[in-house]
Amino acid sequence: MRYISEFRDRALAEKLAKGIAQEADAARDYHFMEFCGGHTHAIFRYGVQDLMPENVHFVHGPGCPVCVLPVRRLDDAVELAEAHGVILCTYGDMMRVPGTGRRSLIRAKADGADIRMVYSTLDALKVARDNPDRQVVFFAIGFETTTPPTAVAIKMAKAEGLTNFTVFCNHVLTPAAIGHILDSPDFAPGGPARIDGFLGPSHVSAVIGSRPYEAAAQKYRKPVVIAGFEPLDVMQSVLMLIRQVNEGRAEVENEYTRVVTRNGNQKAQGLVAEVLELRDSFEWRGLGAVPDSALRIREAYAEFDAEKRFAVSDKQSREVKSCECPAVLRGVKKPTDCKLFGTVCTPDNPMGACMVSSEGACAAYWSYGRQRQPETAA
Amino acid sequence: MITGTVDMTHGGGGRATADLIRDVFQRHLTNPILDRGDDAGLVSVPGQRLVMSTDGHVISPLFFPGGDIGALSVHGTINDLAMMGARPLYLTAGFILEEGFPLDDLDRIVGSMAGAANAAGVQVISGDTKVVERGKGDGVFITTTGLGVVPDGLDLSARHVRAGQAVLVSGTMGDHGVAVLSKRENLEFETEILSDSAALHGLVADMVAAVPRIVMLRDPTRGGLAATLNEIATTAGVGMILDEAQIPVAPDVAAACELLGLDPLNTANEGKLIAICPAGDAEALLATMRAHPLGRDASIIGEVTEDLAHLVQMRTAFGGTRIVDWLAGEQLPRIC
Repeated sequence: MRYISEFRDRALAEKLAKGIAQEADAARDYHFMEFCGGHTHAIFRYGVQDLMPENVHFVHGPGCPVCVLPVRRLDDAVELAEAHGVILCTYGDMMRVPGTGRRSLIRAKADGADIRMVYSTLDALKVARDNPDRQVVFFAIGFETTTPPTAVAIKMAKAEGLTNFTVFCNHVLTPAAIGHILDSPDFAPGGPARIDGFLGPSHVSAVIGSRPYEAAAQKYRKPVVIAGFEPLDVMQSVLMLIRQVNEGRAEVENEYTRVVTRNGNQKAQGLVAEVLELRDSFEWRGLGAVPDSALRIREAYAEFDAEKRFAVSDKQSREVKSCECPAVLRGVKKPTDCKLFGTVCTPDNPMGACMVSSEGACAAYWSYGRQRQPETAA
Repeated sequence: MITGTVDMTHGGGGRATADLIRDVFQRHLTNPILDRGDDAGLVSVPGQRLVMSTDGHVISPLFFPGGDIGALSVHGTINDLAMMGARPLYLTAGFILEEGFPLDDLDRIVGSMAGAANAAGVQVISGDTKVVERGKGDGVFITTTGLGVVPDGLDLSARHVRAGQAVLVSGTMGDHGVAVLSKRENLEFETEILSDSAALHGLVADMVAAVPRIVMLRDPTRGGLAATLNEIATTAGVGMILDEAQIPVAPDVAAACELLGLDPLNTANEGKLIAICPAGDAEALLATMRAHPLGRDASIIGEVTEDLAHLVQMRTAFGGTRIVDWLAGEQLPRIC
């Protein structure tokens, strides 16, 4: 099987498009939230929207790891690199996200802070081994996909007795966010926005399985279809969601069976549970404080917790005024509803995280889809 | 006015690079030749028309599959001349060396330069060497300047691009960028992909002879096909529509990009060119390109359109449409 071309086959796409057009009830609209930024980008990069009937709408969700990180945590990372003089290791996507006063890691690096882009937690461990006289902090962000490698790095650091390596842990959890969104007044009957079902996460679900979404599907009566990141996966999943809606079902179905099982990767889950534990509450950009939605490092591994080793100062962190990132992340506004979109905010000059990240909705609109909004095109 | 400090986005080949060029270098160095914005400066002297161009090379690693900084510094400048339709004649080279750089590595690099120059039939007629303190360079930086002759009557320029003309590429996209990335520290992966680093003036000579009405040529180096087409669209005040299924990408390169979350259309090439010609000449030009070893995989990838927003759009192989944008800063591997 050729894993790239077969899931982007044009003839199959046309067949699925026909099926969707036939089964979608012309008398109603369908609003499906794709939770993950990976899906948002697949939709725009392959032009999936062009193959959908007009009454099928995508609502873009908060599943962009760098987007949901609140400004305060980014400001803390900048402070660690500048005031505490550590070597800060970060995934590349985080580099250009603007913090308070539009100060980003890439600006701090240009001004002399030692900030290094890494591709994996193992690279960060190597930096620590190679620099025994320096404190090295790994800036850990992301959903359940990036969490197991963080846990492994902490375990390896302990096994090796590394004393100069810590993790600034910002890992967040998907199911809690889905429940939080559905609880919000935005999506209550009569509220400003609507969700009829979810395209469930791909890579996240490979780790946690499809089971964790079952409670929300049942409680809120919303169908969830776990969908792969390829464009045919997205289309097949939309068809499955339409069928559930038409038949009045609200189940968790798995389109991405080649990777996702009901129980997920239990070895990875075990590693995470051994090293990390639930926080009572964590601040998300856009969603605010979400209970039981993030992880911190367990007491047994406290020596590897950057939040315990370094005292960061209290600070007044602020988003850029009139940036609509928070509403975009909640799915209640489209990027083009933002006054800054395409005028002062572009990928070259980002005001908010959603325009920076390769998984952000604003970046997807701008980089792949702005021809659809002629009034905002540059 | 430009304020602040230089950061990584200024070197990424995207709009920030273009802004820096306009706001700093072009503002101070402005002259009618520079301001045309082409790959080389076109000058007239009695009897013959000459082109000159200069290019700095700061690649890391210095040695990569399919090439090294020495050969690249020759090919890069020759190609800038070739994109004006020129026959390259002479090069000059400036070296900035870091204290402590091994002499045998330097010997290898200069040997490779000589090999590339001989193969291309050009001579390096002048040079310069400076040494900087350890930690203030990255081994070796090479700047080359080239001089070439343009055949009479030929005037290749983005200014002549009009709606309806055809857009061609000479081969697979992204080979060089992926070959170099595969040897970057922290990212080493096993691959057979070689850089496409090559001098294109021979291919260009065949193309120009076969289709004298060819409109313009450009080599899609940093920023890849996407950045170069956007540059052309902006300069010429046009749009473009591409057909994704017609853009050649080697299977290994597609797979590596998939794995790393990169786009071959944003990835650098060092031995490929983009050609724009009248639609009626496209098939003849394609046949000429395919007959040359460096144009074997050439393809007609799209056409120039009228578009006030100067967008480069693409019909995806999947059946939709999307924009092909240039990148903000460096292309970064995804994290999720």
